[in-house]
Amino acid sequence: MTLLFAIITGFLFGFVLQKVGATNPQRIIDMLRLKDFHLLKTILLGIGGSSLLLFIFLGIGLVDASHISIKGAYTGVIVGGLIFGIGWAVAGFCPGTGIAALATGRKDAVFFVLGGLIGAFIFTLSYGAIKDNFLFAALGGNASLASTGNDKFTVLFPDTLALFVAGGIALLLIVIAWKAPEKV
Amino acid sequence: MKDFLYQQQWGWKSGGIALAFVFLLGITLVKPVGVSAQFVILDGLIWDLFSADIVVEDASSKTTYASSNAYLNKSGGKYAKNIAEPMNYSFIFVLAMVAGGFAASKMQTSDTEIVDPPVVWQKKLGSSTAKRYLFAGLGGVLVLFGARLAGGCTSGHMMSGMMQTALSGYLFAFGAFAAAVVTAIFMYGRED
Repeated sequence: MTLLFAIITGFLFGFVLQKVGATNPQRIIDMLRLKDFHLLKTILLGIGGSSLLLFIFLGIGLVDASHISIKGAYTGVIVGGLIFGIGWAVAGFCPGTGIAALATGRKDAVFFVLGGLIGAFIFTLSYGAIKDNFLFAALGGNASLASTGNDKFTVLFPDTLALFVAGGIALLLIVIAWKAPEKV
Repeated sequence: MKDFLYQQQWGWKSGGIALAFVFLLGITLVKPVGVSAQFVILDGLIWDLFSADIVVEDASSKTTYASSNAYLNKSGGKYAKNIAEPMNYSFIFVLAMVAGGFAASKMQTSDTEIVDPPVVWQKKLGSSTAKRYLFAGLGGVLVLFGARLAGGCTSGHMMSGMMQTALSGYLFAFGAFAAAVVTAIFMYGRED
């Protein structure tokens, strides 16, 4: 059953990435050089909309809190994000959009994915040597701002109603999506 | 509905709602959407063909699999297990993404012409495809190295993470956008 869910959700994700223009490196690069905010508006509405509904669904028990998975916050998240960002701008792809772009027949995406396999392999080989250094120093741990109801994870605002915290952030993201200009 | 599925590009409202639906569907059915770890799994599947101790069965490990590589052996051999059993949710998810991207591009009424290298690239860096492919590959190295160091990428950290209000999601988004905006303006400029 989970494999069927993987096929449905994965297919939809690849389909949507192509339809919103995220598989086109021109659009990614134009977003990053602050010229075209079409994709940024799409992403912000995607995050805000899914977050608002997720916390409503968690509240009424439609989503099982055990499905929540909060990744750890440590120094390497920021350092890794910076390295990721440089490559993102150079290539115009991120892992998901590169894979979907490869499927649409873009040759540069083939090279991106091959490079990605090399980059992931370099990290796999390096991990043993770097796992105990400052890059993996905790920076808040597996924490979320709003309570998800899953007590495996830390909550930064435990005394405020979860829907209030998450909903407030979600509405802010949606308002930015709404107000941001399409082109600059 | 048919026109909507066949049209070349969705507006930001329908696109944003569709993205929200996919991320919500993922976490409702199984778990948050993520992509970048599957590059490690594919590497491991290839590596496993050449080396006998990359994935071994080990009854004392939490997942009953272990690896001589520290990363694949992490969290009770989590990655080693996924390499031994590639028919798992996350790996099939990424394979299905290829089918989804392919279907979307084939269903378009008007064929979108692939511009390679992209126009914005050609203006500053010339029309050589060899140069573009070299840099796309180098970009890929940085993107996946950075994503694995961070523990996730745009989908796992930025979208799924911020959807759940994860602190790590905001930190990753901040780092990624800061470096990407500076790099993009430096490489391509802001001229039309």
